[in-house]
Amino acid sequence: MPVESLFPRLEALLPRVQKPIQYVGGELNSTVKSWDETTVRWALMYPDAYEVGLPNQGVQILYEILNEMPETLAERTYAVWPDLEALMRTEGVPQFTVDAHRPVRAFDVFGLSFSTELGYTNMLTALDLAGIPLRAADRGEDDPIVLAGGHAAFNPEPIADFLDAAVLGDGEQIAIAITEVIREWKAEGSPGGRDELLMRLAESGGVYVPRFYDVDYHADGRIQRVAPNRSGVPWRVHKHTVMDLDEWPYPKKPLVPLAETVHERFSVEIFRGCTRGCRFCQAGMITRPVRERSITTIGDMVDAGVKASGFNEVGLLSLSSADHSEIGDIAKGLADRYEGTNTSLSLPSTRVDAFNIDLANEFSRNGRRSGLTFAPEGGSERMRKVINKMVTEEDLIRTVSTAYSQGWRQVKLYFMCGLPTEEDADVLGIADLARKVIKAGREATGSRDVRCTVSIGGFVPKPHTPFQWAAQASHEVVDHRLRALKDALRGDKEYGRAIGMRYHDGKPSIVEGLLSRGDRRVGEVIRAVWEDGGRFDGWSEHFSYQRWMDAAAKAGVDVDWYTTREREENEVLPWDHLDAGLDREWLWQDWQDAVSDVEVEDCRWTPCYDCGVCPTMGTEIQIGPTGKKLLPLTVV
Amino acid sequence: MPVVQRLRVRYAKRGRLRFTSHRDISRAVERAVRRADVPVAFSAGFSPHPRISYVGAAAPTGVASEAEYLEISVTRRCDPDRLRAALDTSLPPGLDVLTVIEAAGGNLADRLECSAWELRLPQADSALAEAAVEGFNAAERVEVERLTKKGLRRFDAREAVLSLEVAEGTETTAGQGSSQPCVILRMVVRHATPAVRPDDVLTGLRLVAGFAPPVPPEVTRLAQGPLDVGTGEPADPFGPDRDITRGGEAEPVGGHVGGDL
Repeated sequence: MPVESLFPRLEALLPRVQKPIQYVGGELNSTVKSWDETTVRWALMYPDAYEVGLPNQGVQILYEILNEMPETLAERTYAVWPDLEALMRTEGVPQFTVDAHRPVRAFDVFGLSFSTELGYTNMLTALDLAGIPLRAADRGEDDPIVLAGGHAAFNPEPIADFLDAAVLGDGEQIAIAITEVIREWKAEGSPGGRDELLMRLAESGGVYVPRFYDVDYHADGRIQRVAPNRSGVPWRVHKHTVMDLDEWPYPKKPLVPLAETVHERFSVEIFRGCTRGCRFCQAGMITRPVRERSITTIGDMVDAGVKASGFNEVGLLSLSSADHSEIGDIAKGLADRYEGTNTSLSLPSTRVDAFNIDLANEFSRNGRRSGLTFAPEGGSERMRKVINKMVTEEDLIRTVSTAYSQGWRQVKLYFMCGLPTEEDADVLGIADLARKVIKAGREATGSRDVRCTVSIGGFVPKPHTPFQWAAQASHEVVDHRLRALKDALRGDKEYGRAIGMRYHDGKPSIVEGLLSRGDRRVGEVIRAVWEDGGRFDGWSEHFSYQRWMDAAAKAGVDVDWYTTREREENEVLPWDHLDAGLDREWLWQDWQDAVSDVEVEDCRWTPCYDCGVCPTMGTEIQIGPTGKKLLPLTVV
Repeated sequence: MPVVQRLRVRYAKRGRLRFTSHRDISRAVERAVRRADVPVAFSAGFSPHPRISYVGAAAPTGVASEAEYLEISVTRRCDPDRLRAALDTSLPPGLDVLTVIEAAGGNLADRLECSAWELRLPQADSALAEAAVEGFNAAERVEVERLTKKGLRRFDAREAVLSLEVAEGTETTAGQGSSQPCVILRMVVRHATPAVRPDDVLTGLRLVAGFAPPVPPEVTRLAQGPLDVGTGEPADPFGPDRDITRGGEAEPVGGHVGGDL
């Protein structure tokens, strides 16, 4: 059946909204395929504003892979701002894709990538605007399969009622597999309808279908058990891991928007996974093991991506980019290659050690030398042991001294507040550290023209981490400690003016904590917040703490029970039936080690400590060096 | 590297690309210049920028244009025709490069004295439009208000309007909108400070005669340039450059674009 473009109806609304270009599509390297010549059609959503969603790597990779498949089509959709939402409601324009402006409800799969839980209300807006029933149980044969992925999907229980399915881990191969299951089922004439399709997906063990699992509760509210409610459905659903990143060199053709977005650069993942073992870091736990992309593939991808996009910045992404076994050669090779072309290189997420200053110098050869960012995360030595962020004060001071003496003038330091076992003194340690940084900078440069900014985020315990059992600090505690830190910095005559402090108050972290470790009963809260007008919860100007607390009270959900309560070892956690590969006993042991200040090494360079991932998932660490070098590009 | 040549570019923003803002266009042009390997000069200093300057007041977001202008400084001589083709290929469809000519000196901005605009008003009443235009033309001053970056400003929208008429035609063409009856207004407006924009003239028509089109108009800048007093229309601002260099549109385009511009 032909599906008509909604653009003529949308176009009439665009003169009346802010930044209309974000709804127009037509990005360089975007793809529009024929509806009628394809059999499986995906609408991919990043549930935030276009300016945040467009650069998202996950969506771009799946978009390209799916569109490369024959008879398969993928288009993108993003959260519309409230001004357009209001007009769409009055004019009856449904949620649309930006590629061919087709209605989302017409697709076979509506796939959402959740980097953060704060996109949940935006999902409800999109479903509602699309004309898709919010509750999965109310959907019919004409509705798409609503499928969640991304890091938040490792505990999709709070949105389980709204989802038909969820996928854990790397999306490349499973997206293709799901496409083939749907294609086969459609070719057979869609036997058994929606239920059979979901059953076929669930049977594989690689797709979680919440409706096929029942959750029983103890009288005190804890979960008694989560069990399949029909035969053929596995007890546990496993995450997916792409083993050879060189076989998956995406994105090849990066999307280049006309509208301004948060990252205006060509990004290449240089490896996936991280085994540094920072205990707060969900990404590091759920993306194991480390899998490097080779230096030659990285070089080829950067070359092709820059040519195809015209971007003047290249980002080398990963969870800890300086840890790539050949990062020195990559940095030097790329800096040589782009010398004199006004193409700058960036390396987010680096660790605090002197080697990184050499890298930073290499990277800034073609650009400016303004600021360096490091993440000690904890303000005191003890705190850093608890979180297993193995950085000593000596390391940090030595590193920043080198940075300042080599011409860098501004150092930014990231910290967290509200960590397990944290006391006021640990947070005040941030001020001490910042003072020492400035002192070292002044000594190294002989100048008072050095600055340090401390940036502090609230800690939220996450599923599948050693801190999944921990009590989250209340927002009162976090705010009290941040205030004390601020006073300490402000009162410092000698160093205070050279130190900047950036932070948010503790309330949003509580809502994030509720959504991160919530179970199916939290779904009612999300829905009530959305019905009350909750949108764009990741944006401080749209977020309302009171709205969440009111909705929780209305739904009879005790927020403290989900956030500030410490869990026992044997409590069934809402995500225990979802397998990130991590051995539960190892996680518990690591939690016990954390509270006794015991550190654990990185398994890339030291013996395996049995986190469980490799044997469970049939994976292994994949690192270089390959010994190869990047060749300079010659003009043909 | 020193600048060896300056090239003047006339480009259009058409169809759905009319929703680009001036900043969107400048990013798109910078990237297109890189993809097309144009040997653009960079400014010196801490944060070098490509030397591309946008000439005249950009057509506002949501307004289409057949006549926007920019200037590129290059460090190696470029054939204007090849540059035109290469840039046009590298820009998204809807941002279309119409003419490239070597600058022969003089200030292009000074030549952009006035603009010709077309406003398509779907579902508007043509008799009411005729009456409003007559009233506007007869008035000596038409004070309008517009919210600018500096706050609400009040200014005369009448004096800058050199001509205003209801033109022939009844169908919309811009964008993908389906054909429907519409009123077409055509006007030539002198560039002034504060700028009098087509929507200011529409505001004027409402104030003078209560004329208020039911849906937002589709506005297109048709031309801008020095005022030709004979025709009352903007003339080609590239005229002086053309007289001297005789470069531009006529020569055949070379084999491949990019590479050796």
